[in-house]
Amino acid sequence: MEAALGLMRRIPPKHTEAALSALVSLLPSYSSDLLSQVDQPLQVLCDVDSAKEFILCDYNRDADSYRSPWSNKYHPPLEGGLYPSPELRTLEIEANEVFSVYRDQYYEGGTSSVYLWEDDEKEGFLACFLIKKDGSKYAHGVRGYLNEGGWDAIHLIEVGPEVEGMADYCLTSTVMLSMTTDHENSGTFSLSGSIRRQMKAELSVADGHLANMGKLIEEIEGKLRYSLDQVYFGKTKEMIWTLRPPTELPSTRLLP
Amino acid sequence: MADEEEHQETELSDNQKIDIAKWFLLNSPPGEIQYVAKDLRSVLRDDNAYQMAASEAFPFYNKTHIISLQFPDRSGDVLVSSFSEISEAEYLDPRTAQVGKIDHVRQICTDIRPAKDEELPTPYIEEYRCALDAEVCKYVAEAYPKGVCSVYCISGKDVEEPGSDFELVVLITATRLSPQNFCNGSWRSIWNIEFMDELQTVEVRGKMQVGAHYFEEGNVQLEAQHECKDSTMFQSPDDSSFSLANIIRHHETEYMSSLETSYSNLPDSTFKDLRRKLPVTRTLFPWHNTMQFSLTRDITKELGIEK
Repeated sequence: MEAALGLMRRIPPKHTEAALSALVSLLPSYSSDLLSQVDQPLQVLCDVDSAKEFILCDYNRDADSYRSPWSNKYHPPLEGGLYPSPELRTLEIEANEVFSVYRDQYYEGGTSSVYLWEDDEKEGFLACFLIKKDGSKYAHGVRGYLNEGGWDAIHLIEVGPEVEGMADYCLTSTVMLSMTTDHENSGTFSLSGSIRRQMKAELSVADGHLANMGKLIEEIEGKLRYSLDQVYFGKTKEMIWTLRPPTELPSTRLLP
Repeated sequence: MADEEEHQETELSDNQKIDIAKWFLLNSPPGEIQYVAKDLRSVLRDDNAYQMAASEAFPFYNKTHIISLQFPDRSGDVLVSSFSEISEAEYLDPRTAQVGKIDHVRQICTDIRPAKDEELPTPYIEEYRCALDAEVCKYVAEAYPKGVCSVYCISGKDVEEPGSDFELVVLITATRLSPQNFCNGSWRSIWNIEFMDELQTVEVRGKMQVGAHYFEEGNVQLEAQHECKDSTMFQSPDDSSFSLANIIRHHETEYMSSLETSYSNLPDSTFKDLRRKLPVTRTLFPWHNTMQFSLTRDITKELGIEK
């Protein structure tokens, strides 16, 4: 298992899906561990009733069907599928609506879905906020810089039971991204990657679960984006600059 | 889980295992194939399949990544590439006129022997090759802190005098492995140089490939490549070499500055098409207003971010 995760750390992130399915076929007895520990690029389906897209993940899956957060129906239809309690469903509807607005504000396009379900072991509940954006110039890349570009974000939040007006929130977030530019005079330039971070907070329930979860997600997304941009991309640049330091012409080097 | 049962029913055939193993090895980032191999062996739990896959994947990986290996007596390096290949295990170093015997899987040069006459170009070609090698070496020493280069004749090595075409290839590689800092990277450029006797021109085709991998608490990889073309006049060995080295220097320097541009465009243009730093409203999202939603369904209005 450790070796399998070691491989996932080295294989180019754009090949995550292929690598994961290869590992699952080599290590069938670890398949559920692998699938739960390695995040895969997100898939979407169209909800025919609401004519909206929704994102698929393990948390809205029952057998081979996926529940849409818009119509609350399973696709393909499923008898006796699992549903959140009416109370959680109300919060889920609200979360989906607000999160779409949030998504549009930061992503200028893309698809988002939020799923909530009861935590059987503890008294709290779990929430999964998902965003998928195709930022290529053929899809939602409003500026048209990218020949290929994908951003998948998965935010899983465990919300503890309310104790004296406070609740514990534990957030695990993964971002997977890829972007390629292609110009005649500079060739193809492609960055891809995935990082995962955790964050915990104890917050007052008076502000509402949705506001609390939303703030945490906004904060961690900002941090993840910042570290990808500044740290991770920066390190790859540093590496290339050590391989071949940008040269000045010998004549300019002599100038003061 | 249903998934597990399904997977257990379909036991992989040996060929499937070998194919998967090869796939992992060939997709190793620069300089990391040995680490991938180690993990792969314990995942595979089938040494025969691993050996089969390794014996096919390593030579291919070594040649496409143009790895540089030191001679056992430390008298020089040999580049493993399709241009220097004499047989699968033997690679020519034209500068020292030696042939290195390579152990692909261990990635070491185990033995050397002097090159045979028929493996080397004629004196006429060698004059061009050697002059270009000297100029490229000068350039590489200047531009790359740890660069390795070599020049091969890949066609027309038996041409004895002016009147026929021939083709040289310049390889430049630089690798830096720093696993303790979770960072590895490689640069390789391949310059095909065709000397056209009738037209008295020299056609140049270049391909530069760069890769970098940073994997501290994550996995981020850069892959970039660029191809370009140029030409110059067919002159004496020294004059041709001088202008060819300048062409290479010019294009590689230009490519570096285009990489710089690509990086500096990231934060505010390229990356912005995936996700903005701040919302379109330029202020953080008004989560504190979300409590009122149960009262009204007009979200955008309530949030005060109506378009």
